[in-house]
Amino acid sequence: MTTSTSTIAAETTGVSKLFGNFAALRQVTCSFAAGGLHVLLGENGAGKSTLVRVFAGLSGIDAGTVHVLGKSPRESQGRVAYMSHAPMLYEEMTAMENLQYFAALYSNGKDCGCSGSPEMALRSVGLDPHLTRPVSLYSQGMRQRVSLARVLMADPELLLLDEPFSNMDMDGARQMLDLLLDFRTWPSPGGARTIILTTHQAELVLPVADSVLRLHRGKVVSEAAA
Amino acid sequence: MKYVRTVWLHLSKDLRLEWRSRDAIIAMLSFTLLIAVVFALAFDPTGQPTTARAVSGGLLWMGLLFAATTALNGSWDRERRNQVLDAQRMTPAAPSALFLGKAIANFLFVAAVEVILGPVFFLFFNLHVLGDAKWLAAILPLGTWALVVNGTFLAVLSLRTRNRAMMLPMVLFPVAIPALLAMVQATTAVLTGEFEPQLWIRVLFGYDVIFTTISILLFEAVLNAE
Repeated sequence: MTTSTSTIAAETTGVSKLFGNFAALRQVTCSFAAGGLHVLLGENGAGKSTLVRVFAGLSGIDAGTVHVLGKSPRESQGRVAYMSHAPMLYEEMTAMENLQYFAALYSNGKDCGCSGSPEMALRSVGLDPHLTRPVSLYSQGMRQRVSLARVLMADPELLLLDEPFSNMDMDGARQMLDLLLDFRTWPSPGGARTIILTTHQAELVLPVADSVLRLHRGKVVSEAAA
Repeated sequence: MKYVRTVWLHLSKDLRLEWRSRDAIIAMLSFTLLIAVVFALAFDPTGQPTTARAVSGGLLWMGLLFAATTALNGSWDRERRNQVLDAQRMTPAAPSALFLGKAIANFLFVAAVEVILGPVFFLFFNLHVLGDAKWLAAILPLGTWALVVNGTFLAVLSLRTRNRAMMLPMVLFPVAIPALLAMVQATTAVLTGEFEPQLWIRVLFGYDVIFTTISILLFEAVLNAE
């Protein structure tokens, strides 16, 4: 796939990642066009989560090169947001307190580049910002929504989602997907907004995906426009 | 100012979480009070006031070291749980601000325990200060900071190890030996009045400056290590 850097949101060339003797990624070469919704598929242990963490800058690599928004993953920090199947929230705080905390970290003392306030972000995922109970008392689905609000509030150009629908019922998952599709239309200072997500619920996402990458035992087995 | 605001953000979050759970303070307080009682029973300090003055500085700091270690071991648990640490790593905020906020919070927790433990220790060991008591105002904060700055830093280092509970004391205690020697000698000097504590206070101050600087400089590398 040959495209100019500005139209590619994330790409790897010959990336390998080892955990001890286990190769989570083997010579993975792939690229994801800016502005698209890209889906990573594969069985458990195929390397989907590792690849997403590499793009997020949370995992280093043992070989190859990675570019995210034209730079190294670390240099793109602040323009990329990551949501995993774990909620990534403080359980003892309310949803609002969590979001206010992360909004302040993303603003990093500057005027916040966030597209919306924590309150707006919570409303956008269908939660009441005035809920006073801590996150530990939320259902799994509610935690997932707060987690989504956390990443949307960061106003990212690239959104990385690792199993975002894993704890949700079908209706909740569809609502979340609609929200993600809407997110891609939000105006962005960097141009297009891109989503890369991993999921086992392919039937839900494939109808709206722009491309699909299949991994098997750490290797790319197919890469195609949907 | 931006950096200070970020440190305050992390610090206020840790204080809020501890206020809600009181996990660290209750654990430390119970532990140190128990140590004070056991040592008081073992040494019969009322019958031997001179010996009590000579050894109580060491006993006080040993108790605080053990208690602080139990609290420091769990000080990153909230960040580890639900992968909150990954969410923090994704923000553009300075990683060392996270460390400083946590270290200052831990300092305040241990200091709160000292405020309660100090009078109890004096009572149980029937202590009368024979030296210049004003130096305790320097020894206690400097000694406490020496324990928590290394403990907070090394607790991150042991986050990814399997046997975390054992790992921290195994690494912390050898590193803390110079500080422990300085704080015990300085405290004993004040309690017995037999020698001046200034030299040991200077050693403690130097230790704090060196290890705080090293911890701040290395924290980002340790945080991102796999």
